Amino acid sequence: MRLHGISALLAATALASGFAMSASAETIKLGVLNDQSGVYTDLSGPGGVDAVRMAVEDAGGAINGNKIEIVSADHQNKPDVGTSVARQWYDQDHVDAIFDIPNSGVALAVQEVAREKHKIVIFSGPASSDLTGAKCSPVGIQWTYDTYGLAKGTGAAVTKAGGDTWFFLTADYAFGQALERDTAAVVTANGGKVLGEVRTPLASPDFSSFLLQAQASKAKIIGLANAGGDTVTSIKQAAEFGITSGGQKLAGLLVFLSDINSIGLKTAQGLELTESFYWDLNDETRAFSKRFFERNKKEPTMVQAGLYGAAKHYLEAVKTSGSTDADKVMAAMRANPVNDFMTKNGKVREDGKVVRDMYLFEVKKPEESKGPWDYYKLIRQIPAAEVTRPIEESACSLVKKG
Amino acid sequence: MYVIPLLGIPPQVLFGQLLLGLINGAFYAMLSLGLAVIFGLLNIINFAHGALYMMGAFCAYFLLNVLGIGYWPALIVAPIMVGIFGMILERTMLQWLSGLDHLYGLLLTFGIALIVQGVFQNYFGSSGLPYAIPDELKGGMNLGFMFLPIYRGWVVVFSLIVCLLTWFLIERTRLGANLRAATENPTLVRAFGINVPRMITLTYGLGVGLAALAGVLSAPINQVRPLMGADLIIVVFAVVVIGGMGSIMGSIITGFALGIIEGLTKYFYPEASNTVVFVLMVLVLLVKPSGLTGRAT
Repeated sequence: MRLHGISALLAATALASGFAMSASAETIKLGVLNDQSGVYTDLSGPGGVDAVRMAVEDAGGAINGNKIEIVSADHQNKPDVGTSVARQWYDQDHVDAIFDIPNSGVALAVQEVAREKHKIVIFSGPASSDLTGAKCSPVGIQWTYDTYGLAKGTGAAVTKAGGDTWFFLTADYAFGQALERDTAAVVTANGGKVLGEVRTPLASPDFSSFLLQAQASKAKIIGLANAGGDTVTSIKQAAEFGITSGGQKLAGLLVFLSDINSIGLKTAQGLELTESFYWDLNDETRAFSKRFFERNKKEPTMVQAGLYGAAKHYLEAVKTSGSTDADKVMAAMRANPVNDFMTKNGKVREDGKVVRDMYLFEVKKPEESKGPWDYYKLIRQIPAAEVTRPIEESACSLVKKG
Repeated sequence: MYVIPLLGIPPQVLFGQLLLGLINGAFYAMLSLGLAVIFGLLNIINFAHGALYMMGAFCAYFLLNVLGIGYWPALIVAPIMVGIFGMILERTMLQWLSGLDHLYGLLLTFGIALIVQGVFQNYFGSSGLPYAIPDELKGGMNLGFMFLPIYRGWVVVFSLIVCLLTWFLIERTRLGANLRAATENPTLVRAFGINVPRMITLTYGLGVGLAALAGVLSAPINQVRPLMGADLIIVVFAVVVIGGMGSIMGSIITGFALGIIEGLTKYFYPEASNTVVFVLMVLVLLVKPSGLTGRAT
């Protein structure tokens, strides 16, 4: 009985100290969990960790006398690794918020851990729109982009330009399936038709078999519902097998700057793609990217740029709310508009989605490019309303239907 | 035109998938051949094989981009350079493990692989670098049932020749006979005046050179990536196990056969194409634990 009393007292003090963080000097701990050794390393990886570090440095390394610390880990694209790291961070290492988590499979798993522990998780890397749809969480934010926006951006543009029959090469896990589903909906809504799809295992070294099936379908557009290394391989091998020269067009539904850098403009030219950031958009993006480049020797991808913004917004919310308590910080993040070099008047919606503009780009021809990293031509800035799932269509249980 | 469906799929699709399987099989065959040579003659389970394959590809990349040496010379130069690296490994580290349990060699080479991959990844990232197909082999042929890139055709023919030459060298020449004798009974062979340690080093170099050669061949097809070997090596080990550890002809035939089976799986049930090789491995081990062509020891 007495023991019970003591532990209850201990628990109460622990709880109290959590709330009253600004009273005593504590550390604010940010955890960056991403792929540091596999197919998604280049689109975020160590560069993503550094983007968060830049945000912390810009915040002065401390808030109200409380030091800010960063920890990072490699989830190896394995949900079990991701969840065990997240559990340890939240439970033992007193991490206040986890960032990034490319790979929707891992992200969906960590979303549940964060929900259970009632701690904040901010996604920059993962794409699945389920993170703010059916699987939304009161403590989860999808910062940079989602499959809905990608589908609306590239899918609609390509279908309207006459690409009305589609065949999908889909990465066989949560992300690819969500991207295929969202894009197929956009294609059909614009009067197009989906002729078929093939589900490919993650990190296949060879896509020729799948490409041949896409070729046999006679679809005008081969939609690549994959990412990172898989996209690179499929684009490259499509060129090799004469698919692109045979009249069929590729639509890269999620293509990162790092992918184009790896494929080279010769093969990638003409590809249309949707991103929420490009380093060479305006003076502000160029200024950030210059700093990033000096530290990392490459231009930032949208995931990395988004991580800076996410960490900045989080730290500001900690400052205004004077707390690291998940509910208070979430409330402050929702209340404050998101403004940085990448996002103008963004908003964290009740389902956790950050409402932001996206951009439709076309990959330059080699002769149009002035040098390394000069890869995109802006076709159109797509207003947030077009690329964000309307709140009334949301499957998220947090959305009050009225 | 009336087409008779075969196994429920039109013949042109079937031929296409068979040919693609053959192409991938060529890589499996060349890699597993190197592993089989090293295991059969040196008793080392060479887990660094994938990393050495990757080094072959990077070597070709650097030869082209730093020294301006093209694809054709790289086919010879890269395997020699990586082969020398392999021989240094054997001299400085692996040789001390001879006579010990296989596990030691496995752990050492696995560690080497992790270090080499880590170093390359640190400098070159994960997405990889492009390597263009040589001008002579650009383009493709329309075979009626599919478009065959000339380069892929070249890979199949070339690796088949290399595989058969290696088999001939080891199974049918005097040098090969000495080599096999040296593994059976090193002391006795030494008594005949043959320098056994040097022979073993050269053999390891040969196996490593084969891996590097496969790396050069694959550079124009896949990106030159630090993890290109890691993705492949586990499959290749399965090929070696199915074919029978250390059996040269077994690993060649199994390599091509598994490529084809995998190709067909990619058509019938793509989701399983990553695992079909391992399912087969389990089945083979259940029925014939020493592998399809292996001798029970």
